[in-house]
Parts: sequence; C-alpha cells; structure tokens
Amino acid sequence: MEALLQPVQALLGAAWVPVWTLVKIFAIILPLMGCVAYLTLAERKIIGWMQVRNGPNRVTFFGIKALGGLAQPIADGLKLLFKEIVLPSASSKTLFVLAPVLALAPSLAAWAVIPFSEGLVLADINAGLLYIMAITSMGVYGVIIAGWASNSKYAFLGSLRSAAQIVAYEIAMGFALVTVLMVSQSLNLSDIVRGQGEGMFANMGLGVLSWNWLPLFPMFIVYFIAGVAETNRSPFDVVEGESEIVAGHMIEYSGMAFALFFLAEYANMILIATLTSIMFLGGWLSPVGFLPDGFHWLAAKSAFCLFFFLWLRATFPRYRYDQIMRLGWKVFIPVTIVWLVFIGGWMMSPLSIWK
Amino acid sequence: MDFQTAVFYFLSTILVVASLRVITARNPVHAALYLVLSFFTAGGVWMLLRAEFLAIALVLVYVGAVMVLFLFVVMMLDINIERLREGFWANLVPGLIVAGLMLAEMFAVLGAKYFSAGAAPAPEAPAMDYSNTKELGRLIYTEYVYPFELASVILLVAIIAAIALTMRKRKDTKFQEPAKQIAVRREDRVRLVSMPAEKE
Repeated sequence: MEALLQPVQALLGAAWVPVWTLVKIFAIILPLMGCVAYLTLAERKIIGWMQVRNGPNRVTFFGIKALGGLAQPIADGLKLLFKEIVLPSASSKTLFVLAPVLALAPSLAAWAVIPFSEGLVLADINAGLLYIMAITSMGVYGVIIAGWASNSKYAFLGSLRSAAQIVAYEIAMGFALVTVLMVSQSLNLSDIVRGQGEGMFANMGLGVLSWNWLPLFPMFIVYFIAGVAETNRSPFDVVEGESEIVAGHMIEYSGMAFALFFLAEYANMILIATLTSIMFLGGWLSPVGFLPDGFHWLAAKSAFCLFFFLWLRATFPRYRYDQIMRLGWKVFIPVTIVWLVFIGGWMMSPLSIWK
Repeated sequence: MDFQTAVFYFLSTILVVASLRVITARNPVHAALYLVLSFFTAGGVWMLLRAEFLAIALVLVYVGAVMVLFLFVVMMLDINIERLREGFWANLVPGLIVAGLMLAEMFAVLGAKYFSAGAAPAPEAPAMDYSNTKELGRLIYTEYVYPFELASVILLVAIIAAIALTMRKRKDTKFQEPAKQIAVRREDRVRLVSMPAEKE
C-alpha cells in the first residue's frame, strides 16, 4: 500500500494532504450511504416479519426471483430523485432549501472522529467526545428551520416539539457521556475503547464483562433511549406524528428534499448505534480472548443496536408528549446524576476497578 | 500567506458579515440564525487559537442549546416589523450617543499598548500530546476551585429562582400520576355483572 501510494504522493506534492483526506472522507461516506439505503429495506423487512408479513419482495435485480426486494432502496431513491421539489409560495425560500442540508450535514460530520478499528480513524483528536456532542446538537436546526421556513402550522408545531424534546434529552445524554469520560479519563474515542479492553475480566479472556455496559448499566440504557429520542424515532416520534400533525416538519417537502430528511434520520440512527457500541460495548474489541479484534465486531455491535431501533418501533405505541417530557426531565436526568455521583464515589474508593 | 492565515481570514469574513446581518436583517428569525452562524464561526476562530475546549463548548452550549430556545421564542412571537420601525428618528440621538460611547471604550481598550499584537507574542506551539481540555480541567479544579464553585452556586441559585418565579399551579390541568396509572387493577375499572339471558 505504502509503495503504491508513494508515486501518487510525489506527483501531487502539496495537494496530497487534501486529496488523500477527501479520498478517506469518501471511503467513509459512500459505504455509510449504502448502509442508510439498506437500513430502510431492513426496517421494512424486519417490521414486516414481526407483523407476519413479507415486506417488500417485488423489485429485484435482473429478474432473479431470489433477490426479491433487494433493489427496493434503489427504486425508491430513483423515484424520489426524479420527483419535482415543490417550493411553497409563502415559504422562506433560502431557508426552506437549506433545512434538509442542515439536517444531514451534522450526522455525516460526526463520523470524522469515529474509530473503526485500532488506528483506523479520520481525525484522531483528543476532544473527540466533545466534538461528537457539539456536532450532534446541531442536528436540531434542520428540523426547526424546516418547520419555520415551510410557513405551515403543522410543520411549525412539529419543529417546536422537536426543539423542546431534543434539548431535554441532550442533557441526559450529556450526563451519560460524562460518566463514560470519567471512567476512561479521556475524551478521545480510541482511548475510550482501549480503556474497555483492560481490567480483571479482560485479563481472564472475558472482555465482554469488562466493557462499560456492566459498571455503567443505567447510563447505557439512558444513553440508548435518549439516542432514540434524539433521532425522533418511534416511540418518540411526536415530531412527525402522523395522526396528530400529519408529518410534522417534513409536510411541505417533496422529492429529494424530503428524502434528505430521511437520509439524515437513518444516518443519525447508525451514528447513535455506533456511538453506543463505542462507548459501552467495547467498539472494535472482541468479546472473548481467543477471537481477534477488528472492525467486524464494531459492525456487528452496531447492527445489534440498530435492530433495537427497529424492534422498539414495531413494539411500542407512540408516547404522549407530556410523558416524553416527564421521562426526560424527571426520570433520566435524576438517574444520570445519581449514577454520576455513585461512580465518582466508586472511583475514589479502594474498590475502584479503573486504576 | 500560509494556510492558517487563509483560514483565519476566511472565518473572520464570515464572522463579520454574519454579525452585521444580525443587526441589519429585517426578519428576527433570520437575525437569530445569523447569530447562530456567527457563534459557529467564532468557534472556528477559537479553534485556530488552539482553544479547542472553549470552541467546542461555545458550539455545544450556545449553538446547541441556548440559540435553539432563543429561536423557539423568536419564532413564536408575532412581530410586526412596521411597528418596530416606528420612532426610529426619535430614538436615533440616544442610540448614537450610546454607540459612540461604546466605540470610544472599545478603542480605549483595544488601542492600548497592552493589547497590541506586539505586546503579546504568539505562544509556542504545545507538544502533540498536549490536551487543552485536560489542562483547563486541572486548573479549574485546583487553582481556581473556589471561584469556580462560587460561580456554580450562583448559577444554581439562578436556576432555582427562575423556576420558583415562573412556577404556577394550574387548577385546570388534567395531570395524571403515571405510577397510579400503572398500578391500576382490573377491579378498579371494570365491574363484571352477571346477566341471565332474556327469553321471550
């Protein structure tokens, strides 16, 4: 690899660093977009099976029956791409077009600091966790601006709900991450993963028991549920609650602009699943000593978390809005603060397992 | 011009334009969004100064939380722009006096020799493994622990005061106790009545 890149590097000279970084960015974004497309298919298939249906099974490649349904995301994408984007006449045009971009951009930008494997990360910065928190908190602007720029009551109500909900759950999410950074003593995501590979159980070859999910179990649950709420997924999808406000902030959008909101939602789901795997489930580490570590473990753990997103959607009815607020402010925030103090005491005591 | 300087001028241009638009934009929502943009770019400028913790905290706190609530309020206000523009000439003179005073103060501070570029040479670049966040945390919790605790107590008092001032008990809410709803048994809600079949 090195020998292969050497002549290219010499050819490009000073332009080498930006070009090589762009190549790396594409190497992350393109597979991610593929995952997003097939996550929509997986969602429809899995929920279909849970409800004893087949799910999409018609669109196939080259007429091969066995691949039925596999081409569905491509067909959906093409259809949305060719549709007209209707601009409502009373909308705020620039913001209306900008909103889907603002929804999608943060969910892609956050991938810059995600470590896929040992040393396999685009930007290995030492404030990675803070960066993730800051970037994901920007995602709400897409929804708010979309709701306001549409100049529609339903869209506006959706954006107000979203603003209140995301601000509420971000606090619990932040506290959950604070406990993670306390026990790992680092803000670097790679260091957080490496820290989970050390300890009594990891030395016995049972790495799965030394990951953060066990000592920080309440935080693991709070983080994941807050993540579901942050991504506006069912059962917290009052932002787009069909029965109440039709489709919330997306109601005036059509064609690819509408699809961008969907891309953002699914990219955010994958991001939250990957972050949960990195913070609490040991990232790329192998659960048992005799199997090698590697990217496949991170992928498997993220897929496991993603399955929970779909499972939750198929299982629970939508929360009532006041109950969402109650859960966020009166349950999650006290739980996280109590566990924060408890972990602080545990770390100072002689029984600390993070020495 | 090296790369860092180019980035600095790029960010500063956006920052200055966005800040100007905050006060010149006609629509208050647009003004608030320009304020978001200027916060974000200011974060970028701070990042260039190697103050990554402050930069990210600015984005996290101001862009991610404060401005969201700000927009929330501004969007719900029904602002009549014509009425806002009334009395422009009447308020012009006091406004100009205040602006002139502020400008003079800024010149007095920024023009003094302590703040000129020559008086404070750029600090040496820290080592690669230097963590700004870690150093800041260490300083706050050791050297400046009392001022820090004092500030946090003041903030806590402000939070409690804000809640206490705006708290009101409404009699017409249909508040339900979730614990009670979950603990309900069938006997509380349903009464089974045995009805013999009626024959004609």
